Amino acid sequence: MQFNARVHVMLKPAVNDPQGNTVMSGLKSLGFAGVRSVRVGKFLTLQLDAADQAAAERQVDDMCKKLLANPVIETYSVEVSAV
Amino acid sequence: MATITDNKARFGILVFPGTWSDGDCHSAVRDALGEDAAFVFHKETDLSRFDCVVLPGGFSYGDYLRPGAIARFSPVMQAVSRFAEQGGLVIGICNGFQILCESGLLPGALMRNNHLEFRCQQTYLRVEQAKAPFTSRAAAGQVLAIPISHGDGNYYADDATLARLEANGQILFRYATADGQVTPEANPNGSRGNIAGIVNERGNVLGMMPHPERAVEALVGGTDGLVIFRSIADAIRSRAAAPHH
Repeated sequence: MQFNARVHVMLKPAVNDPQGNTVMSGLKSLGFAGVRSVRVGKFLTLQLDAADQAAAERQVDDMCKKLLANPVIETYSVEVSAV
Repeated sequence: MATITDNKARFGILVFPGTWSDGDCHSAVRDALGEDAAFVFHKETDLSRFDCVVLPGGFSYGDYLRPGAIARFSPVMQAVSRFAEQGGLVIGICNGFQILCESGLLPGALMRNNHLEFRCQQTYLRVEQAKAPFTSRAAAGQVLAIPISHGDGNYYADDATLARLEANGQILFRYATADGQVTPEANPNGSRGNIAGIVNERGNVLGMMPHPERAVEALVGGTDGLVIFRSIADAIRSRAAAPHH
């Protein structure tokens, strides 16, 4: 079966995000005075073959642990859906 | 093997696609230090002919995903892990430090500089630990002038890891002022604790963001980088002199 996966990788809440802070000050200078916080992360889309939904989720989770996210500084979330 | 002679320390300089400081490291070892160096392509799997392995700076694999994240899976990195396990000396400089952290050979991670700028400038490093194999030629508290050149040198480790590094004496260098004061202003990238270089628990793997190979000629910015290379050569010699078990 073929699956689509969407992976979000974000810095852990405790980790300072200089990019997010810079984007926030840019937004404020554009007049978006109400912005309280910005965090910048990564969004990846994958297509993969797997036996079933559970197997696809396991594979993508494994990919995140081994490569897509760095567990020292990042967290990730995964959504998998059949094509 | 052909270029390596028996009476010199043998340095292996790793070359990944996108490595750019390999030539400088090679020249620092051969011309400034007077020891032997050979390039090692990232597909090689045996490092046993070397006394010290150098992971130079650059942008291995374009820094795609995260600096060092892809290089970590190169065949040669398996060999680096084995080499380190057997007690071999490993030094990762700049991108090499990033690769060692991504590989788990060193704790922590190198993040984007806190001001988001690429910084290419002189920095002053206070030597926190003067000990073999990397800083035996220095004195504790001595200041070394060694330049940085990076956009992702912001060292991060959680509180527990930092406390452990501190307690074990694994922090070798901190960014400081020219007279050795560790201040926020002397920190060029936001690194926690002004950390510029650390070793693993065993003490045989060093990662540092500044470039000692670019501070080995009086003509171009000073020779403080030689303190580190000479310490390594001393350590190799004393190991060679020690009786084998």
